[in-house]
Amino acid sequence: MNKITRYRRLLVASLLVANSSYAAMAYVSNEKDNSLSLIDLDSMSVVETISVGQRPRGIVFNEDFSKLYICASDDDTVEVLDTETGRIISELPSGEDPEQFALHPNDRHLYIANEDDALVTIVDTQTEQVIGQIEVGLEPEGMAVSPDGSLAIATSETTSMLHWIDTASHTLVHNTVVDQRPRHVEFSKDGRVFWASSEIGGTLVVVDVMSKEVQHKLSFKIAGVHKDKLQPVGVKLTDDGRYAFVALGPANHVAVVDAKTYKVIDYLLVGKRVWHMAFTPDQSQLLTTNGISGDVSVIDVDKLRVTKSIQVGRFPWGLAILP
Amino acid sequence: MRVSTLCILAACLLANELTAATLSIGYLEYKAPRPPVLSNVIAPAEDEGLQGALLGIADNNTTGRFLKQTFELSEFVTDDKLVALAQAKIWLASGMPYLVVRGDTQLTLQITQLARPSGTLVFNAGSKSDALRQQDCQVNLFHTMRSYAMLTDALGQWLLARKLRRWLLVHGDKWADKQYSQAIERSAQRYGATIVDKKQWHFKTDLRRQAQAEVPLFTQTEEYDVVVVADELGDFGEFIPYNTWYPRPVVGTQGLVPKAWHKVIEQWGAAQLQKRFEDQAQRWMQEADYAAWLAVRTIGEAAARLNSLNPSDINEYLGSASFSLGGFKGRRLSYRPWSGQLRQPIPLLQPMALVSQSPQAGYLHPITDLDTLGFDESEVHCIR
Repeated sequence: MNKITRYRRLLVASLLVANSSYAAMAYVSNEKDNSLSLIDLDSMSVVETISVGQRPRGIVFNEDFSKLYICASDDDTVEVLDTETGRIISELPSGEDPEQFALHPNDRHLYIANEDDALVTIVDTQTEQVIGQIEVGLEPEGMAVSPDGSLAIATSETTSMLHWIDTASHTLVHNTVVDQRPRHVEFSKDGRVFWASSEIGGTLVVVDVMSKEVQHKLSFKIAGVHKDKLQPVGVKLTDDGRYAFVALGPANHVAVVDAKTYKVIDYLLVGKRVWHMAFTPDQSQLLTTNGISGDVSVIDVDKLRVTKSIQVGRFPWGLAILP
Repeated sequence: MRVSTLCILAACLLANELTAATLSIGYLEYKAPRPPVLSNVIAPAEDEGLQGALLGIADNNTTGRFLKQTFELSEFVTDDKLVALAQAKIWLASGMPYLVVRGDTQLTLQITQLARPSGTLVFNAGSKSDALRQQDCQVNLFHTMRSYAMLTDALGQWLLARKLRRWLLVHGDKWADKQYSQAIERSAQRYGATIVDKKQWHFKTDLRRQAQAEVPLFTQTEEYDVVVVADELGDFGEFIPYNTWYPRPVVGTQGLVPKAWHKVIEQWGAAQLQKRFEDQAQRWMQEADYAAWLAVRTIGEAAARLNSLNPSDINEYLGSASFSLGGFKGRRLSYRPWSGQLRQPIPLLQPMALVSQSPQAGYLHPITDLDTLGFDESEVHCIR
């Protein structure tokens, strides 16, 4: 980072602090630019670009949004960004090639999928120590912790399993075989079920936490798009239990699923290779990262319409929103 | 009497437990002698192919841990074809359920026929022969190596997409070059391209010094849009680009090359496979490694899906339409029932970048556009 950008960043940061009514901000990790793009959600434009470690992918805020954790995959570390100053303030041990992670509701333990090592690493963000490592299948990617904090789920892409981790004992308690290349897990707000996508299998399952059984299995169909290209990856659920949004990767669409009937009700055309998604704080809008077209699409959740696309860096991957 | 019964029972239990827990796969490679070539090509690694099979075993075992399945590889590499055949017989006699063969067409066919009575499945991770897919198909033979026809169709689609319709075909004098060249002619016909001339390279000069003088004259023919080279060993083909009479692109075995796998493939999660392979083998993953890896992973994937190591269950599943495999190419891969060929997208590469991947957009097919590459069901002249 050179001096000029640092000054500029400090200036921006101080302006943000000075202005008490500043807008919510979307943070986007650009996998092939080693940077974060910051999108002002009022103007829906990129207002700042921050240099970070190599191949940034998963990003997540801590509870009070003072810190952003960043998987810097090729640096084999998790960076901690101070959201006030826009500076990297520390690095956490993460195991090799951290890709996605989830923060435990205790705001302290990060569950990190180490893609190259077939491991899940648990890091205490306070002591900055690794407190556990659990062997899982090949290429773990998706990570989620249940709202009550008792259960973590990791997906392993090449093994095609959902690995159930007991967060108290840090042990594997169950494995669920799903269709090929499971990518992402999302718990419902009440924690009773979770949704898991299988990219190459082209399916999405809804799993009941209590019985550990797959309750529903969904697949997708878009006229004119070959079924092999319908590759579900990111999943987001509205808090009101109304919709599930499913990013379909190279199909360049987001599927809208009625979260009560499990029927697909619409497909929204977004940018190329749509990957991860995040809601604005009031859940009125959903943002998607589109890896190949290098942009972020904005979806109006009520109207189920794509309203805007915003150019960011190269290969946008992760998304997190600062209210 | 009682003791011996117990012993037999114990032996049976032990044997059952072993067969229930471990599945053996034999990797057999015949290294044909490599003739000298004019260009200073980088010699292939000694363990090409084998390292892919080893990684496949490691990957299978990582998954197998959760299912109490273990896979083991027996490996045998020789430069004597008769010894290779003898080893295949030994393995078949000992009941080896799966063989991954990296050899020439004749050896692959011989082993497949020997393996047939015992129901042993053979995975071809070596021969690209079109005849093996079109005329000599065998019920117990699966091909994870792509065929010549798949490569040249991938190239043909791209050439047409770029409106390069007039081709100059230049081929070497080796058997493999002629196979490649025949496949190019077939693709030209299939996609309506014109071969303006077909020339066999015959010069004996040392092209390292003479290319700039010889190649332009050699390629001075009726005008073409592209030069298609068939030189599998890299004997003269490396000297064709930048030396053609007309300044035109060079494609085929040199220039823009259709290949099943290459270091620069990193999309679709391939970066992870590449890294795993490089950590293990200390070199880049090559096409032969990829084919062997696919073969071993096929068995592992079927065993994991079925939660069974029983070869008859696995074989039935592999023969069904429901089997598919992730191969880091952005698509699910499956076997063509009529030829046993693994369907796969074919990347088109220049030395350090992925240029395109076929099938190209717009090539439609009632079942899967992957079947626009190589021989479709109606083009196969044998019953599997």
